[in-house]
Amino acid sequence: MDTPLAESGIIGTAIGLALRGYRPVCEIQFDGFVFPGFNQITTQLAKMHARSNGNLTVPVVIRIPYGGGIGSVEHHSESPEALFAHTAGLRIITPSNPHDAYWMIQQAVDCQDPVIVFEPKRRYWLKGEVDTEAPGHAADPFKAHVLREGTDATVVAYGPLVPVALAAANAAEEDGRSVEVIDLRSISPLDFDTVTASVRKTGRLVVAHEAPTFGGIGGEIAARISERAFHSLEAPVIRVGGFHMPYPVAKVEEDYLPDIDRILEALDRALSY
Amino acid sequence: MGTHLPSTEFDGTAVDDQREADAEAVMGEPPAQMVQLLGPDGKLGADPVYSQYADKLTPERLRGLYADMAAIRRFDVEATALQRQGQLALWVPLTGQEAAQIGSGRASQPQDYIFPTYREHGVALTRNVDLAELLRQFRGVSNGGWNPKDTNFHLYTLVLAAQTLHAVGYAMGIQRDQKLAAAAGGARQEPDAAVIAYFGDGASSEGDVHESMVFASSYNAPVVFFCQNNHWAISVPTNVQTRVPLSNRAKGYGFPGIRVDGNDVIAVHAVTEWALEHARQGKGPVLIEAFTYRVGAHTTADDPTKYRPSAEEDAWRAKDPLLRLEKYLRAEGLADDDFFARVKADGDELAAYVRRTTHDLETPDIRSAFANTYAEAHPLVAEELAWFEEYEAGFAGVDSSAEQGQAAAKAGH
Repeated sequence: MDTPLAESGIIGTAIGLALRGYRPVCEIQFDGFVFPGFNQITTQLAKMHARSNGNLTVPVVIRIPYGGGIGSVEHHSESPEALFAHTAGLRIITPSNPHDAYWMIQQAVDCQDPVIVFEPKRRYWLKGEVDTEAPGHAADPFKAHVLREGTDATVVAYGPLVPVALAAANAAEEDGRSVEVIDLRSISPLDFDTVTASVRKTGRLVVAHEAPTFGGIGGEIAARISERAFHSLEAPVIRVGGFHMPYPVAKVEEDYLPDIDRILEALDRALSY
Repeated sequence: MGTHLPSTEFDGTAVDDQREADAEAVMGEPPAQMVQLLGPDGKLGADPVYSQYADKLTPERLRGLYADMAAIRRFDVEATALQRQGQLALWVPLTGQEAAQIGSGRASQPQDYIFPTYREHGVALTRNVDLAELLRQFRGVSNGGWNPKDTNFHLYTLVLAAQTLHAVGYAMGIQRDQKLAAAAGGARQEPDAAVIAYFGDGASSEGDVHESMVFASSYNAPVVFFCQNNHWAISVPTNVQTRVPLSNRAKGYGFPGIRVDGNDVIAVHAVTEWALEHARQGKGPVLIEAFTYRVGAHTTADDPTKYRPSAEEDAWRAKDPLLRLEKYLRAEGLADDDFFARVKADGDELAAYVRRTTHDLETPDIRSAFANTYAEAHPLVAEELAWFEEYEAGFAGVDSSAEQGQAAAKAGH
């Protein structure tokens, strides 16, 4: 349905619809425009179940196209997932391919908790196989998926950087390095078990996301994996991400966005220990 | 034009009057016509639209409205005392706003759904919320305290105006339910319902109020916006929030706006009943501005003597909602001394119940917070709970020896 152009209004009325028993799916047109709705998402939507002592559920889904690489103007290329992942009560997922997107949006609608689906907008035109009969690895939207097995290092990525990580792993293979690639798929909850198991095998971890590294998901993964797999780590966990700056203008975004070479450089560093 | 700049200097309602006159002179903005049926003198007047609603109030219902107002005022006194005695962390008094809350709450039907702010204790009473449960939030043992599904009275919302959007969304849900029922073709099971969104003059400046009125108007949602203009947003007077009567704002959204004497319980009841009928009949939203006054402090952490003169408070006390209804009931021979004595005794009984129950309000276990963060299992919450249990278990021996020590001390060893 069309709505008046007001993000707080979209989220706030969706909460009301959910209280009446509906399962609204909201669309925020671009990442940078979610902030007028930030109050409703963080102070209302995320807390409603807890503050009602479990009496109320608000199964609202919020779709947010996110990420850069499309040459767009200001506020159209951001990756604000960490701001939401920090808020208890929300679930954050991000599909990286058509099959996952097909299943994960439906699973988000089925979920009793509010779910934010971060959709990597530069993957919108990607074509890929979708098995509409069986979800396969996508049976659980909150589980990571090991896309490529390897023995020398692990690269964890999600959303738009998954194909970049895969390409980097393929390039590394030409240099004789065996790199495991994990598509995180879910950011909250975060499947630390799958990442930990991989790091126990490879001993090295690189985390890549478009969002700035400072205060980002990569830092959380680095800290948790250091606690869980300290004795397996042969090198510090290395993060590849955006810089601590407002998302830059489109003409220089190539220098901002992590690419194959930036991931390979991080792998080099991890493997140099 | 200088005289039209927002004044942050205190000037009380005289400034309101002046500013509204200015608005009329500068913009052709009409002054608000305030609906009043029962004046401060206790005389019942007439209104071409609303008298027919007032006429439906039987003597018994009028006495009931008085008893409700007296009960909630007594409750307010008790809750304030409980805060002063350290039994509540904070209290948000409502004294002065009894007519606005009881009148509107009693006009609602069980199938209607109410979204309050955090001061609607009177409305809670009309929705049969256990008033002791209402105190859970203020005692710090719950962020809610009651199950809204039991009473259709939503939890208090502390982030100003956020609930106005929830109200409109809920009303949009009612519309969809009606369409689905019609499409199913069966006989209508549910009576038509509407929603009331409460907010105040301070919250009227929040963007969410604007957006909620835009959405309500666009979808013609069955919602009544009930603004209690109590003249003070903590220390900020209403004339800093608006240059026009708040009720006039409805015109900009394309639905009716009515200013009602918020200290006149008969008029508030009549106007709200009309507005709810209007909404339930599919005619769209209504804004009601109940012109009232917060006689006490914003909360127990506030001291209004710092920012407003007692003369203003005295002027409003003369418009007291209970006194005027008492005058009317006595003059018409609808209630006698026995009635008022009984109301007072009932109030004291309620206060004693609330005091007794407040002391017994159970402190929750933090495990319930782990349990209620998500509706479905979440591995991080499970992991942190497991850590917490293990951490707590580490103190098991320490605790019991400390308890034994205390027990020994009590036993005189």
